[in-house]
Amino acid sequence: MLGEGIVKGLGETARNFFGSFVGKERLTTVQFPEERLIQPEATRVFPFLIYDTDDMEKGLRCVACKICEVECPPKCITIEKSTEKKPDYAGKPQFFPAKFDIDVSVCMSCQICVEVCPFEAIKMDTAFELSTDDRFGGLLWQKDRLAKPNAYYHTIHPTEAAAVDEELAEKKAKAEAKPAAPAANTGAAAVR
Amino acid sequence: MRWGTASADDRMVEIAGDPDGGELLEISMGPHHPSTHGVFRMNVQLEGERVMRLKPVFGYLHRNHEQIAEKVSYLASIPYTDRLDYLCSMTNNWAYALSVEKLAGIAVPERAEYVRVIVAELTRLQNHASLIGFLMQDMGASGTPLMYAFREREKILDLFEQLSGARMMCNYMRFGGVRVDPSADWLNGVRALTGAFPRFLNEFEKLLMENEILISRTQGVGVLSRELAVNAGITGPMLRASGVNYDVRKVDGYGIYERFQFRVPLGEHGDVYDRYMMRVLEMRESVKILEQALAGIPGGPVMDPKARLRGLRPKAGEAYGRIESPKGELGFFLISDGTTNPYRYRVRPPSLINLTVLEDMCLGRSVADIVVTLGSVDIVLGEVDR
Repeated sequence: MLGEGIVKGLGETARNFFGSFVGKERLTTVQFPEERLIQPEATRVFPFLIYDTDDMEKGLRCVACKICEVECPPKCITIEKSTEKKPDYAGKPQFFPAKFDIDVSVCMSCQICVEVCPFEAIKMDTAFELSTDDRFGGLLWQKDRLAKPNAYYHTIHPTEAAAVDEELAEKKAKAEAKPAAPAANTGAAAVR
Repeated sequence: MRWGTASADDRMVEIAGDPDGGELLEISMGPHHPSTHGVFRMNVQLEGERVMRLKPVFGYLHRNHEQIAEKVSYLASIPYTDRLDYLCSMTNNWAYALSVEKLAGIAVPERAEYVRVIVAELTRLQNHASLIGFLMQDMGASGTPLMYAFREREKILDLFEQLSGARMMCNYMRFGGVRVDPSADWLNGVRALTGAFPRFLNEFEKLLMENEILISRTQGVGVLSRELAVNAGITGPMLRASGVNYDVRKVDGYGIYERFQFRVPLGEHGDVYDRYMMRVLEMRESVKILEQALAGIPGGPVMDPKARLRGLRPKAGEAYGRIESPKGELGFFLISDGTTNPYRYRVRPPSLINLTVLEDMCLGRSVADIVVTLGSVDIVLGEVDR
């Protein structure tokens, strides 16, 4: 009969419509911003710089190696290396970025900078409401705005941050053990 | 179900006593038209309602994709491939990773191959579901089927977000494997979704399959003959709707596809209805592949430990890697000159090549049929214009 298919289809629509009053599976909308979904741990929006301890200037992990600047696909990172050095987490003197800018309007949230960073210094933030009425200054983020403490990293990516801390502690232990290592070597040579 | 026997010619109206003395009316559909799926323009020449000539005009979304990829390193190109066909970033990543792997001779661990198949088939499910929604939208079913499709798509995108951190721009695959090892929780999430998906498909079919309006608007419309489809290099569901048994998953068996049991659905008429049915049937086959892949996924690493991401310098040479993306054959052709950037980077986009036969499918039809035919081609302008 002509129109039978349409009636069947409308039956399906009715089932979904009335079903949306009783079951959550048929009503999937969320009333943002009053209701908010919990972001998954892997969420990535925009990079930030990590610093240890309480002092942003002293604790910044970045050593201005410029790998992320080179690898960044849309080239949104600008780094200027410092002239003097400061000690890093393991006590080794390193350069630090005198200037570290990221252009928020250019960044495409791809996470390549995080992947290539050998110092675990840059990570992805989950904050996403970044709109501003200042088109130029408000979208070009400087070092002081990008830097966030390690504790903040622990709140947004707990599993990942714990793994990173472990790895860094291991590296630090290795670096501290190193001055002793050559002595052990010479000792072995002497025995031979 | 096939309904009625009206052929294409019955519905055509002869225009008697044309007051314009046979002159054609030229109109421009797009680039800002709700039915053009993006910034795409069609120069249509009409005689009354009848299409006499149709010229597709591309390029409004040109972003210099290939040139950019030649200027950045192999690794930095991966996020750009997400933005080709922005509905299916996972398959784009895979095609690119595959060609770099061919070029540099990188092996992929077993687990990563399974994960790739899982995310690619999930991508196919969400692409086909939303395509059917959009096609219905073009026919005037404003909202309902599209929203039902998007409800399902949202679940898949949530899974992608849990895995890769982004819903659409996944940037997930790497040459030599995948970036993140999926957790057991995530795999259980995919299992739950795969189990529930046939129910959605049944519901979707009930909603649309016997709908008389859908049938009369699609059967016999936009017919693409088998010969033309082969000659024009059409690939994907559009080619198979014309009855040509060609699926890169079967022909090349890239990745580990030869291990899975699945059928390749084929159409007979090559019209819009067949193309629509092709998507529904392919979704059912994808569910089968997903079930097998989820049952067989082994443990182990997801990244080749020897693979080098940053500063990769493949030996001078060339490679072409292709996969069956949801829209057709997606290929990347790379020439290396031994430096960190490809010397030449070329994309073979299925959307663009499938679009070239649009005129042949629309000639002699009415304007309303152009919209439906274009909807059935399944284009994404990010890939057409690059």
